[in-house]
Amino acid sequence: MNEERYHPIAILIHWLMAGVILVTWSIATVISDMPLSPTRITGYSWHKWLGVTILFLVIMRMLWRGFYPPPKFTIVMPLWQKRVMQLTHISLYILMITLPLVGWLMSSAKGFSVNYFGLFELPDLVEKNKELGIFLKETHEILANILVGLVLIHVFAALKHQLIDKDGLLSRMAFTQSKKERSL
Amino acid sequence: MKKLKRFVCIRASAGVAFACFTLNGFAVDYTTIDLSKSKINFTTKLMGSNLKGEFGKFSGNVVFNPDQPEKAKVNLMIDIASFSAGGEELQEEAKGKDWFNTKIFPVANFVSDSVKVIGIDKLEIHGLLTIKGKTVPITAQATHQRFGNDLVFDASLKLLRLQYALGEGTWGDPSTVSNEVPVNVHLVLNKK
Repeated sequence: MNEERYHPIAILIHWLMAGVILVTWSIATVISDMPLSPTRITGYSWHKWLGVTILFLVIMRMLWRGFYPPPKFTIVMPLWQKRVMQLTHISLYILMITLPLVGWLMSSAKGFSVNYFGLFELPDLVEKNKELGIFLKETHEILANILVGLVLIHVFAALKHQLIDKDGLLSRMAFTQSKKERSL
Repeated sequence: MKKLKRFVCIRASAGVAFACFTLNGFAVDYTTIDLSKSKINFTTKLMGSNLKGEFGKFSGNVVFNPDQPEKAKVNLMIDIASFSAGGEELQEEAKGKDWFNTKIFPVANFVSDSVKVIGIDKLEIHGLLTIKGKTVPITAQATHQRFGNDLVFDASLKLLRLQYALGEGTWGDPSTVSNEVPVNVHLVLNKK
């Protein structure tokens, strides 16, 4: 196994989460302005189910990261870029944890219990409280917007390394080895 | 002076009447619903997720003698506009045409028909529940218990919302909003 790549499980969780986060965000974006309807209720249920999935996946991912630390970073880049990269990664982790939690809290405060794919009920985290519900909804939206910004930075940085710097950074998180690695 | 005398008389006669009742061992009927302590709650499921709600305003008449529960009579009038569950948008939707249509049907009511004793302090109440102009016979399981001067009465029933045309059009799909709605009626009765 090439030591420059993340563990296959870590790679799998990364791309799985990327997909789930994109879908979860898209659902919210599409339905948030809809009038109340069965479609919107169905959409919000999926949004919550996937949100809970994100929370579960990020916990698994952090545990995995504890057992299998990321490969050593050998790519040369200016120190400020390295710092921005670390800050972005840490913020992404914080948001992947807090966004679902705030969403869950918000649901409880608004008087809606959260369940998981209709299989079982999650406990209500707080009592129904209108003001708290409004505050948590706003917090959830602000955090979601920050997440969108960070994901964009994350994606553009990866593309810059892949297409402009051509330093093989993306292969650390790719399912298959890059040509450069294979030729070594 | 005259006034005071009469007052004493009335008090005395009321006292005598009360004494008569207790001496003869007549259990006094519970006839008043303490509305400040009574509650009507329900639970609906949205995509399998519980949403609790209540009707904050209702009134009713009840005659209940714990020694002869099978003779009990209950009728309740529920102010549908006092529906509360979820947020404001959901509340408005609930009052609308597809759901309760409160403009035309502002009141739901329940009238008991017969009461069966099914265990110690346990009753089965049969009656007619009318919501949105539709009357359906229902059966509720109830328990009753004395707390000092109060009698606490808890009834539970499961109604099927579609029988009352609650949730018309696209709302009819029971996989989004469950058809079965458990309802709990908590009444605190006193003798006044």
